[in-house]
Amino acid sequence: MNDILSPLVLSQWQFGLTTIYHFLFIPITIGMATTTAVFQTAWYRTAKVKYLQLTQFFGKIFLINFAMGVVTGIVQEFQFGMNWSTYSRFVGDVFGAPLAMEGLLAFFLEATFIGLWIFGWDKLPKGVHLATIWVTAAGTILSAYFILAANAFMQNPVGFRINEARGRAELTDIWAVLTNKVSLASFPHTITASFMVSAALVICIAAWHLARQQNLDTMRPAIIFAMWTMIGAGILTVLTGDQLGLVMVQTQPMKMAAAEAAYNTVSGSDASFSIFTLGTPDGVNELFSIRIPYLLSFLSTHTLTGTVEGINDLQAQYRTLYGPGNYAPVVWATYWSFRWMIGLGMLSVLLSAVGLWLMRKGRLPKNAWVWRIAVWAFPLPLAAMIVGWIFTEMGRQPWIVFSLLKTSDGVSPNLTGLDVLISIVAFTLIYGILAVVEFRLLKRAAQKGPEGAPLSDASEAPTATVTVY
Amino acid sequence: MDLNILWFWIVGFFFIGYFVLDGFDFGVGMALPFLGRDDIDRRVMINTIGPVWDMNETWLIVAGASLFAAFPEWYATLFSGFYLALLLILLALIARGVSFEYRHHRPESRWKKWFDGMIVVGSVVPALLWGVAFANIVQGVALDSGHNYTGTLFDLLNPYALLGGLTTLLLFFTHGVVFISLKTDGDLRLRARKLAVRSGALTIIVAAVFLLWTNLANGQVASWPLAILAAVLLIASFFANLRGRERYAFSLMAGTIAVAVASLFAALFPDVMPASNDVANSLTIANASSTPYTLSVMSWVAVAVLPFVLAYQAYTYWVFRKRITRASMPEDTQPRSDSPSASAPVLGG
Repeated sequence: MNDILSPLVLSQWQFGLTTIYHFLFIPITIGMATTTAVFQTAWYRTAKVKYLQLTQFFGKIFLINFAMGVVTGIVQEFQFGMNWSTYSRFVGDVFGAPLAMEGLLAFFLEATFIGLWIFGWDKLPKGVHLATIWVTAAGTILSAYFILAANAFMQNPVGFRINEARGRAELTDIWAVLTNKVSLASFPHTITASFMVSAALVICIAAWHLARQQNLDTMRPAIIFAMWTMIGAGILTVLTGDQLGLVMVQTQPMKMAAAEAAYNTVSGSDASFSIFTLGTPDGVNELFSIRIPYLLSFLSTHTLTGTVEGINDLQAQYRTLYGPGNYAPVVWATYWSFRWMIGLGMLSVLLSAVGLWLMRKGRLPKNAWVWRIAVWAFPLPLAAMIVGWIFTEMGRQPWIVFSLLKTSDGVSPNLTGLDVLISIVAFTLIYGILAVVEFRLLKRAAQKGPEGAPLSDASEAPTATVTVY
Repeated sequence: MDLNILWFWIVGFFFIGYFVLDGFDFGVGMALPFLGRDDIDRRVMINTIGPVWDMNETWLIVAGASLFAAFPEWYATLFSGFYLALLLILLALIARGVSFEYRHHRPESRWKKWFDGMIVVGSVVPALLWGVAFANIVQGVALDSGHNYTGTLFDLLNPYALLGGLTTLLLFFTHGVVFISLKTDGDLRLRARKLAVRSGALTIIVAAVFLLWTNLANGQVASWPLAILAAVLLIASFFANLRGRERYAFSLMAGTIAVAVASLFAALFPDVMPASNDVANSLTIANASSTPYTLSVMSWVAVAVLPFVLAYQAYTYWVFRKRITRASMPEDTQPRSDSPSASAPVLGG
């Protein structure tokens, strides 16, 4: 009981919960900002009313999400210092720089230009107004770059030296930090996956209307666009994920071993990838599994004869390097989260491919199940991203900064279990309530459909719903 | 000048920017029950800050991140030490931010009242607690040899710090009310002016006591003149408002807050987190800062980016320079069941 109420364990849970919650809004924000910008560009170039309707409609959906992303984001920045002060003292010289750059370069852009976009419909020239949504979208993507560079330092610390006297990591090469090979791989992977998430959201909403045979003129182009986005972004996500896997094997071999629950070093055809395992994935009680020979070797090294180090061998290596201790993450969590990430992502792409075929040449499926699946498939890519992050972060354990600092040594020493219990309960309550409100508002706005077109002229200032609060 | 001293003032600049800008957002939020006689009034008030509150709040994120990058020890000690106070600020900022966006999504008066309440609470709590936090920083708190705060939340609620909280609360309130008089028209504008006179008078008294106390206890060569200047600006703002010169009144209020915060930083210098129990445990600019390399990287980024940031933010204020009127509020899609008596003006004449 004492253990469960320790500031460390509670802080870990709080960081995990608040980060996952915050991240629910991030891919939607990144993807929907760009989607809205694309629709508005189509309107700008063609002056067709349907594109204005799509811009305003999905813009509204985007904004409901954006607010949540903003307010939950401040919590993230504060938590490093609040709950992980020893970590902050240790890495601040390196880790703080990308965070400050994120604020100066990206957050200011996003936060300013979103205001110009929301309230600028009737105050800015059309071209300038279009530019504001693109700048907002660029800001969201830029912020992803800097925060992933910061995260990459925790996975694969580079560009620093250890100052023993001060007991901290000190920056020696900012360029190395900003071009960490982990962030160069995780950034495109995250962005393309975000486009899958927003595509799934557009598909979900459009399918709901199409199933009811309403708003066909707007929802049909929207769903076709979104399904192509899903397929394109899905292919790119696979390719970038493959790159990220290679980098991971080089930088954090333990994580890859844990992803496959490979206890012993294997090579060649023995380096098989299990799609499904019954029994405990600890390598001892395997009852049944479907395995693809060579695939693990290929994923890890891009050769069929590669060697993949096992958990036991790595554990022995790390003991000599870093002293006694357990250096393996929670294997069942990494094993399954890795598989769910891939499976859910692939399923989303597959569904979109089927959907495009069903809607080919102007067809509109009559079967209600088609639409039901399209609506309810919305959470799949988002869930894939969440489990992907759970894999990335749980696979890093027991380290908070790989090979430099353990998570258990990073927590604020002056916090009591009660402090963190109060905050975790408070966050859970307010986040829980807001989740319900947010979901209802989204559902309401989505089901209402696009506003009626301006009567006279397509280039008229649009209805006031997005112009003021 | 050493880079870490430069960054002490850059961090100060970001906090000044935050308090000057989000300060009037807090003031507008707090003034809702005083000036909003009906839902249209409240919508007008919220729309005066609608396009800008998000970018104003971002100054806090940038201030926090700069603190982390330039003074990791300060960031770590402050944020872990003031844990529960910051938790309250975070919860308040969350409530306020979503309320701005959510309140207009449904026309029912119950729905709006609920979010109006969250805006008020979400503005009062940070307006008060930021003052409490900064007063405690200047006064010094108990730190151990690892620079970790050893007190509790209740130790932070000492008389001096509470006076500091009351000072920021009143400053931001008056700042916001003057902003409303600058950005609206008609009856609301006149009532805002009147309210600003009353709250301005009270603010002068409280702020004067706080700045005097600060300088008598922790005064430095530079903090005295800054505090006196802040007092002069505040009084000038009061008279400008009295004569209906809204632009001057607002600019002078912004100047007051900027100079008052600067005087707190001057009083703090060269410490960043003085230890009240043992000077040896104090965090100073020297022992809390990042390496010269990190600071020079950050300096280049700041020099390259800040001019653009200031330019596009100024542009945003220019785009939304027009006063907002009741007539410019579009009808709600469904009939309102609001009655004017739903609002309870307490001070507003």
